[in-house]
Amino acid sequence: MTSLLDRKLLFVTGKGGVGKSTIAASIGLLAAEQGKKTLVCEVDAKGNLADFYEAGDTTFEPRELQPGLWAMSMNTEESLKEYLSLQLKIPLLARIGPLARTFDFIATAAPGVKEILTVGKLAWEVREKNYDLVVVDAVASGHIVGQLTAPQGINELVQVGMIRNQTQWMLDILNDPAQTGVVIVAAPEEMPVAETIELVERLQSETEVDVAAIVVNRVLPELFNEREEALFDKVRVPKRVAALNEAVGGDVGPVLDAAELAVTLRRSRAGHLARLRESVPSSLPLLYVPYLFTRSHGARATRQVAELLAEEL
Amino acid sequence: MSPAKKQAKKPATKPAKKTGPGSNGRGKADADDKVRTLEQLLATREIVISCGAGGVGKTTTAAAAAAMAAVHLGGKVLVLTVDPARRLASALGIEEFGNTEVRVPDAAFAAAGVQPRGELWAAMLDTKKSWDDLIHRHAPDEQTREQILANSLYQNISARFVQSHDYIAMERLYEIHTSGEYDLIVVDTPPTRNALDFLEAPERMGDFFSSKLLRWLTAPSKSRLMTMASKPFYTVADRILGTQFLADIAEFFSLFQTMAPGFVERAEAVTKILADKRTTFVVVSTLESAPLHEAEFFIEALGEKRFHLGALVLNKVLPSYLRRTATTGVAKRMCSDADELAATLGDVGEVDDVARVLATVGESFLNYQVVAKREAEQRASLARSPDVVAAVPYFESDIFDLTGLLALGDQIWR
Repeated sequence: MTSLLDRKLLFVTGKGGVGKSTIAASIGLLAAEQGKKTLVCEVDAKGNLADFYEAGDTTFEPRELQPGLWAMSMNTEESLKEYLSLQLKIPLLARIGPLARTFDFIATAAPGVKEILTVGKLAWEVREKNYDLVVVDAVASGHIVGQLTAPQGINELVQVGMIRNQTQWMLDILNDPAQTGVVIVAAPEEMPVAETIELVERLQSETEVDVAAIVVNRVLPELFNEREEALFDKVRVPKRVAALNEAVGGDVGPVLDAAELAVTLRRSRAGHLARLRESVPSSLPLLYVPYLFTRSHGARATRQVAELLAEEL
Repeated sequence: MSPAKKQAKKPATKPAKKTGPGSNGRGKADADDKVRTLEQLLATREIVISCGAGGVGKTTTAAAAAAMAAVHLGGKVLVLTVDPARRLASALGIEEFGNTEVRVPDAAFAAAGVQPRGELWAAMLDTKKSWDDLIHRHAPDEQTREQILANSLYQNISARFVQSHDYIAMERLYEIHTSGEYDLIVVDTPPTRNALDFLEAPERMGDFFSSKLLRWLTAPSKSRLMTMASKPFYTVADRILGTQFLADIAEFFSLFQTMAPGFVERAEAVTKILADKRTTFVVVSTLESAPLHEAEFFIEALGEKRFHLGALVLNKVLPSYLRRTATTGVAKRMCSDADELAATLGDVGEVDDVARVLATVGESFLNYQVVAKREAEQRASLARSPDVVAAVPYFESDIFDLTGLLALGDQIWR
């Protein structure tokens, strides 16, 4: 089993709202700080990778944010231009106009073109050994299979043409577990867990791409063990609450309620976590990232998550 | 003569109305016509579109609102969802649902201990099936229809084509609304990468079919080759995709082109429905920064397009007692003076154990307080918010039946 950061290309995916981009940004930061030359690429047009590093906007042209950490955002039109000039030696900068206008159409009409320009660019960086590790803040779990199977699909759809000739080396990189892996980010809630289980199955049955790990994000801490919980229940009886109020000189009610809430929230999630562990192959590592009780998001949160991830690896 | 009279009358009555609530005191809820609750909002609308980031409880909120409307407002209420979750079907007491609307059985309501004034119906969006239906409706003749449906690209394209999920959702909505079958339709929108995609989908569909590009591509290939302007594109496309593939695409779209007039007309009608007075949008979010950011973006987009923003529903909101400053001191003392406090409790158990429990409890409060305060700040920083804002507390367990849906509904209804 290849360790996560020893791979060359990681696709980080997950259901919306689980913290996919945070985890992708953190993995990138962690790898860079371990001395790997790392490229983090966001694929989604929404473009908020920059928020996770707070180091200015990212463009198609990778930019070094700190020593060893590079960031870029995918732009399939730029990728096409690069591809055409690099691979097909078409000097088309002068007449890019009609291409730009028609690009959206082709990308929409021809299945997999956008996907292959994305995957192709990333695999290219790996093939050229431009970086030690490429971390992709990939599309959400509903679309990732489509993205990863695009090279295969193109192979089958397009009979001749340059792209066809280009897909084999991409497949060689994508389908090699020593080089490429998918990281699925989940939250310990019902729908994200259900979607994660389903995605693991789909990736295994419909693609040759290896699932590297599942990162369970925002895991709430266990407040008490059984004995402590029994003690907590004893403390909650009215006469002891009154005694505490007296001793503290204030109302402890809300504090106790909050603990009750924390226990309930943790408990409702524990079942989902157990189901996740049971439902995916036992060889598949689950990495747990605790819920962050901090006021910060952005670069500070990315750093904290990176440190927590490091403990899990 | 009479129109002029009417026009003259209107301004005369308006100021009179205005002075009414103004002089009677503003605080009274009944004194003005402003919509303050989801109940009032849903009572005055025919279409409710629920939107927001993924994972914020959009589908559940839509289903809860629809169930509440069926119970309290009466009439025929439909919830149209894109979420394929079996859970929602079973929560509504139905085995499975698809493109055809299914009625939620009275037994499900009875089990939840309520007798609805109206009927609740549910349907799920089946994109492929809806596309097939569209082809059936718009194809000029049987031969074209069969050719399209049999085309190998069709399957791929019907799933991807110009944000087809977004468009098809709106298309289905239009179809159901014009059927006149329902008093209220609550639609849950597909998760989109960009909120605007969804709002602009019908418009873009219309644009696409009337575009020069499509006409050019579907022109006979000989004349296409002659067009100088298109030559660079053709060369490039040919080298990338291969001639045969390009020809396949062209053939497919020339078939599609035959349906253009119907599509364009339809897309215009669908666009209109979004801006209709009977339509309102409910934006759903949590108070986490990313979904809230998306909600704000959506609210802004609705404003720009002059669509009606009816309500903001905030899910998974932490209880307000967590923010009390007076309690902060209490929690801190429970951490710092845990031993002393444990001693005063006497007979609970080992003093060390009790002290550890008290300190943990205090610590946990302070942890959650940080999050609650962060969330409150996020909420306060919302630049624009609608008249109706509903906050839904964390639910202890997942919602798995109609009772749960209605319990959630109670939180947002009044």
